[in-house]
Amino acid sequence: MKGKPMDKRLTSTDVVARLRDGMTIGIGGWATRRKPMALIREILRSPLRDLTVVSYGGPDVGLLAAAGKIRKLIFGFVSLDVLPLDMHFRNARQAGAFEVMELDEGMVQLGLRAAAMRVPFLPTPVGLGTDILKRNPELQLVRSPYANAEELVAMPALKLDAALLHVTESDARGNCVIMSPDPFFDDLMARAANEVFISCERIVATEKICSHERARYQPFERSIVTGVVDSPFGAHPTAGVPGYGIDVEHLKQYNAATSPEAWAEYRRCFVDLDSHDDYIAAAGGRGKLASIPPPVY
Amino acid sequence: MNASTYSLAELCIAQCAEIWRDQGEVLATGFGVLPRLGAGLAKLTFNPDLLMTDGEAYLLSEPVSLGPRASRDAAIEGWMPYSRTFDLLWGGRRHALVGPVQVDRFGQMNISLIGDYTKPKAAILGVRGLAGNSISHANSMFVPNHSPRVFVEGEVDMVCSAGYNPARWPGGRIPADLRVGRVVTDLAVLDFGGANHAPRLLSVHPGVTVDQVRAATGFPLEVGARTPETAPPTAEQLVVIRERLDPKDLRSTVFKGDPPGDRR
Repeated sequence: MKGKPMDKRLTSTDVVARLRDGMTIGIGGWATRRKPMALIREILRSPLRDLTVVSYGGPDVGLLAAAGKIRKLIFGFVSLDVLPLDMHFRNARQAGAFEVMELDEGMVQLGLRAAAMRVPFLPTPVGLGTDILKRNPELQLVRSPYANAEELVAMPALKLDAALLHVTESDARGNCVIMSPDPFFDDLMARAANEVFISCERIVATEKICSHERARYQPFERSIVTGVVDSPFGAHPTAGVPGYGIDVEHLKQYNAATSPEAWAEYRRCFVDLDSHDDYIAAAGGRGKLASIPPPVY
Repeated sequence: MNASTYSLAELCIAQCAEIWRDQGEVLATGFGVLPRLGAGLAKLTFNPDLLMTDGEAYLLSEPVSLGPRASRDAAIEGWMPYSRTFDLLWGGRRHALVGPVQVDRFGQMNISLIGDYTKPKAAILGVRGLAGNSISHANSMFVPNHSPRVFVEGEVDMVCSAGYNPARWPGGRIPADLRVGRVVTDLAVLDFGGANHAPRLLSVHPGVTVDQVRAATGFPLEVGARTPETAPPTAEQLVVIRERLDPKDLRSTVFKGDPPGDRR
């Protein structure tokens, strides 16, 4: 008898309901590109708290920081690129609102890779001679067992309870493709995590996703995907290229909303909404979002 | 500005470009307007073998001009997503030009924070990739506001990049391949080529005195018997900067009032 293929489709509410207080969550994308923002806003609407967040940080970290969701941040930077500083992250960091493990961004990569490989650490010279070691006393050195016996940093595995990623397309089983210019380290986040939740611009049939040519845009295989959320413009206000660029005007509005009143107003307009469709409408509607050009540097 | 006069920004662009002379086939990464223009100038005038990215995920065949443009039309020679950037930089074939907020006499840089780690007075970017960059490849600096607030007396508040402080290395042995390059500022050009990697004054910009540079630097500088004046950009370089790389004149916004390069 032929079985039925798994259907991993979930709503964003389903995804957040499966997360627990105190979990370590990896967030895909990079600064203002391909962040799973619809899932992040869902976390803001939930009672979830005390998260340890691992991110190449952008407004995902800023929103979670502004909402007091972060217990510990493991990061190399938080930036809005075009606007160099995220004011929500900045204010929370300066207030000492959460613990930090500040690392070189390459060390973050190695930590995720170690977790993905199921090894306790990976050796690297990155971090030697800097304050990264002094400020993170849990980081240990290891001596090479080979000829020159050099001392290296033993970058510990960054194991994730869950990874939240935003991709271009997926089928209902989690066969997905990232068609934007840079896949970043979403593949390592996925492999470092116990559960992987992906939001996508469209859920489509498997044969539409995967030609032989397009298969090279698949970051990982479906067997590590836990759930798939249909989320058009789900990376907004970060870029979801191809499709839409960084919404700089929205990010300016977000970044200026730092007073308690302005933050409450931002939340009312863009976070505390009944549906993702309401968010798209509030952000200007599909036509406007689709016309935001790709970023240029 | 005409070909016989040049702005301070143009002087700094030419000095930023010098970073990449004789560097061979390396990835040239300049952070900020003048460093990016410097990389483009180096590639178009004396080092055509440099690799440059578009800041997104592609290697450019030729530098593109700054400001809004149809970048999709820019000719590319390859793909350089972040994962490959780390693979490349850990291999050492890169020279970056960074804009630190603090620099100390050991060549250590800070772009992370001012004040205390757990509750900083000012949170800036984070250490980003400076630790890995500094242990892997050459790094130079551009500082547009030469002052004791940037060139600090002690160590920087958060040492993001590895430098020449023996106290930070086992047995005081500084790695032999550590390469802290030059520092181009609005007043002068420095490097760390003095005795035991001491900071050293290489040249002062036209109209700037050695005493002025000393007063604006929080640590002692090695100064030779006669300090040369920083070489001005050539007429050819000025044409490339003005017509090819920065026709929208973004460079004029870097220094307040866009002062001339020769301040006599």
